Amino acid sequence: MAELPNPQENLSLDTFLRGIWTENPVFAMLLGMCPVLAVTNSTMNAIAMGLATTFVLVCSSLLISLLRNWIPKQVRIASYIIIIATFVTIVDYGIQAISLELYAALGAFIQLIVVNCVILGRAEAYASKQRLHTTLVNSLGMGAGFTIALLALGTVREILGSGSILGVALFGEGFQPWVVMILPPGGFFVLGAWLLLFNWLRLRKERRVMEQSGVAANAG
Amino acid sequence: MPKPIEIRTSPHLKRALSVDRIMRNVVFALLPICAFAVFQFGLSALLLILTTTGAAIATEWFFARASGRGNTVSDWSVVITGILLALTLPPGFPLWMAAVAAFVGVALGKALFGGLGYNVMNPALVGRAFVQAAFPVAITTWTPAFAPGRFTEVIPSTFTLPFMQPIPVSEWVAGLQLDAWTGATPLAMQKFQQIEPSVTDVFTGMIAGSAGETSALLILVCGLWLAFKRMLDWRIPVAVMAGAALTALPFWLLDSSLYPSPWFVLFSGGLMLGAWFMASDMVASPVTTSGVVIYGLFIGILTVVIRLFGGLVEGVMYAILLANAAGPLISSWTQPRVYGAVKKTRETE
Repeated sequence: MAELPNPQENLSLDTFLRGIWTENPVFAMLLGMCPVLAVTNSTMNAIAMGLATTFVLVCSSLLISLLRNWIPKQVRIASYIIIIATFVTIVDYGIQAISLELYAALGAFIQLIVVNCVILGRAEAYASKQRLHTTLVNSLGMGAGFTIALLALGTVREILGSGSILGVALFGEGFQPWVVMILPPGGFFVLGAWLLLFNWLRLRKERRVMEQSGVAANAG
Repeated sequence: MPKPIEIRTSPHLKRALSVDRIMRNVVFALLPICAFAVFQFGLSALLLILTTTGAAIATEWFFARASGRGNTVSDWSVVITGILLALTLPPGFPLWMAAVAAFVGVALGKALFGGLGYNVMNPALVGRAFVQAAFPVAITTWTPAFAPGRFTEVIPSTFTLPFMQPIPVSEWVAGLQLDAWTGATPLAMQKFQQIEPSVTDVFTGMIAGSAGETSALLILVCGLWLAFKRMLDWRIPVAVMAGAALTALPFWLLDSSLYPSPWFVLFSGGLMLGAWFMASDMVASPVTTSGVVIYGLFIGILTVVIRLFGGLVEGVMYAILLANAAGPLISSWTQPRVYGAVKKTRETE
């Protein structure tokens, strides 16, 4: 089968911003739900998970982009997984060395970054087809989008569930914690609420665009 | 000129039985129970009922407006949700938590599914389940019934500032100087201390408990009135009660010192209120005649199983929510054969 040359994307601001807004891995593509729901019960966990995932995402995307002409199509997924697993091992040992407490809090979810679909999805859909510098910018944007999403869930859940941000108490002594928010159901509630908000914003924008183009057509 | 003949399709006979009429009657049936709750627990119960109903109406109004469904508050269904929610909460429950429960119940349990007629589960119980998970201590803090001065002062935990922990009621209860107050409802006493309070007290409601669940007698009377007006399917409460009593009976016969009697199981806790007013929710229950019986029995059996063998003291709420979720499945299992249709057998295939 003849290979069609992939259109190479030219670097623009959109290459970076897509990952944060229109193609946000969590809020738009709903990828990588496992860590999103599991480790966002505090802001600190969310930041650590976001940064760890971003590191693996950027490094593995770069390596895959470099090797894109040498990886045979038939074994590409296996090759991607080996590359990703290498960087996950680095992150795993890194976090263990920096903070054992954090390592214990994140648990198996650090190792599970290997199977995070955001990373594999980027490798398959972007890094294996695009040049090095656009891959770097795009994966940085995706990582930032993922981290922002985790942070959005983590802050809401920590504020309601423990009455604090980054461990700093916000409301003083008598605060009533909403226990459910730091339990797994809380993750679903908060994710659902954020999705509701973003979908509402998106639909409203689409309706505005439709109305404006309708007005323009009528005027013309 | 002869009178023109008007030809119409069926139905030819109509009764003025609309949604809001049924809902209004359910509210009327709930009013005596509310009155008894206020009589028993005083001002706090009244404020609780007003808060949940107000918050439920406000939430319904907001979501109906946001989704452009028009005015859905006037069908009265949301008033039922508000009142029922208050009746299932402890009388001294902080008002801000009650408002959260009402908001979550109507928003998550009803509005997001598309409003009345589309909700999978009973909205009042969705709200209660949320606060049970969020505030497990506050929702199991009981206060004594018939406290002196209950019409002039509120239970201290009622007026808790939003997002703050409720004020402990133990000092206030000690100040009341009651003879026999252990801080437990009859259900908890039976479960943890094997002390079974008198069935007469439990039946008439001379006990502590959630605001509106105490008097089995009153709930029975109000429920029967609705059933006779045909605004409630009598099969559901009967099946729930039968399921609960028949499950409890063998255990009681086996060891009556450890397990509660079927009478106690029927009249204690929220079983009566749940059976008559929550399991019978027209939207969330199955639609077929045999389906509602299975559904009711399921709730009854599950309630007793949770009460006797679960970690929780009361199981009515989760039993009904689970049965609500199973409702569509039960409906599809028990579809009656279409008139004239022939059952497919191996030979005809």
